[in-house]
Amino acid sequence: MTDPWSLYSEKVMEHFKNPRNVGEMEDPDGVGHVGNPVCGDIMELYIKVKDGIIIDAKFKTFGCGAAIATSSMVTEMVKGKSIEEALKISNKAVVEALDGLPPVKVHCSVLAEEALKSAIEDYLGRQKLKT
Amino acid sequence: MRRIYLDHAATTPTHPEVVKAVLPFFTDAFGNPSSIYSYGQEARGAVEEARTKVAELIGARSEEIIFTSGGTEADNFALKGVAFANEPRGNHIITTSIEHHAVLEVCKFLERRGFRITYLPVDKYGLVDLDDVRKAITDKTILISVMHANNEVGTVEPVEEIGRIAREAGVYFHSDAVQTVGHIPVNVDKLKVDLLAISAHKLYGPKGVGALYVRKGTKLVSLMHGGEQEKRRRAGTENVPAIVGLGKAVELAGQEIGQEAERLACLRDKLIKGLGKKIDHIRLNGHPERRLPNNVNVIVDFVEGESLLLNLDLEGICASTGSACSSASLEPSHVLLALGLPPEQAHGSLRFTLGRENTEADIDRVLEVLPGIVAKLRAMSPLSKT
Repeated sequence: MTDPWSLYSEKVMEHFKNPRNVGEMEDPDGVGHVGNPVCGDIMELYIKVKDGIIIDAKFKTFGCGAAIATSSMVTEMVKGKSIEEALKISNKAVVEALDGLPPVKVHCSVLAEEALKSAIEDYLGRQKLKT
Repeated sequence: MRRIYLDHAATTPTHPEVVKAVLPFFTDAFGNPSSIYSYGQEARGAVEEARTKVAELIGARSEEIIFTSGGTEADNFALKGVAFANEPRGNHIITTSIEHHAVLEVCKFLERRGFRITYLPVDKYGLVDLDDVRKAITDKTILISVMHANNEVGTVEPVEEIGRIAREAGVYFHSDAVQTVGHIPVNVDKLKVDLLAISAHKLYGPKGVGALYVRKGTKLVSLMHGGEQEKRRRAGTENVPAIVGLGKAVELAGQEIGQEAERLACLRDKLIKGLGKKIDHIRLNGHPERRLPNNVNVIVDFVEGESLLLNLDLEGICASTGSACSSASLEPSHVLLALGLPPEQAHGSLRFTLGRENTEADIDRVLEVLPGIVAKLRAMSPLSKT
């Protein structure tokens, strides 16, 4: 490949090179752990929630450029959103925010959406236990 | 940024001498080799000269060389050609689970057409077991196809021994030698092959041209029907410039084959050693000794291959991976799985294949940047929790 940008958009590569919110979180309010057996990507997403608002999000991902970029993007998108708003974030929205993904890589964005949903479910489950 | 190309198993840059040799056949010597006037006869002469050069490199006779559009066509020709020509004798073909898709997909096609295929397993180094070959042969076996060296992990198969087994059993033997011709010595009599596939662009020749060696007397049907080119075995006007390019590439390869293999093996070993020293949780794939002089294939635990490649590319280094994420099929390399690796490790494979422009400085550069890339990716990997 002579042009590294030809597979991915500049936005994807930017997030790939400088992923936001990488790492584990201390005392998260919700953790999502998902894996895509088709491609082998594994994603962990942590959220911190205060007064129904996601105030912080972090991730750890084993996967390709698209998996890392979508993880980074979804953690950015979710910050400052209410739980209800966050649940509405679709894989499509993540792909659009990244200026698109190659068709074979769209499943990576599905994984990011699932990781977010899984983290929120974990958070909601913990809330139920508290009440 | 200086670019470092370390993916010669994928393709090689065309040798400048090859380019020089090819150019006149687009312009001054543009003739059709089938024409009887001088333009045509010039082209005919050039094609035959190239045929002689290819034959010489592999110890064959020139009439045993058929030019094709590349390695894939040569493999297709060998397998389908022998299968369809020998169907009355039997419908069983033996191959391995680590062949190139140009062989495996043909076998799957033939299976759908009623042929029975045995896919031999390999050991953890990628080697075929000779006993497995012997046991697989039945009275219906018409062909054995085993690659000379594997394109992914670089393991060199015991082709000579398999050739002996095939000959004793009276079974045709084909070898995909796309990764070896021009790189390590290949002699069709020593290897006891009846058919052998060659590709030009893996040995500094042009893309879109290759050859199939067919031992005299081997029964096979043509895939291309039309004109009388290639003694009616492969119709279509010869790709004269490309064939001339293949001839030149083969000639140049023959001149430097021994010393270049030795030089590359030194660089290869330096890279393998350096990677092991600088990166923990890294393992070599393929055979430690029986391997191509230019092949380094490693598993880097806890990280995914495409991410490694993209980061290397940002540093100007071109390499390759068997990870599913870099393929359209979303399946990890069938070769690494056949070696017994679990999918998550196959996803972390990284292949460097060296070539004639590479120097020690290139190896040093890889050893300088890769540890940092691995550390960065491991820091974000959920698999490398400590």
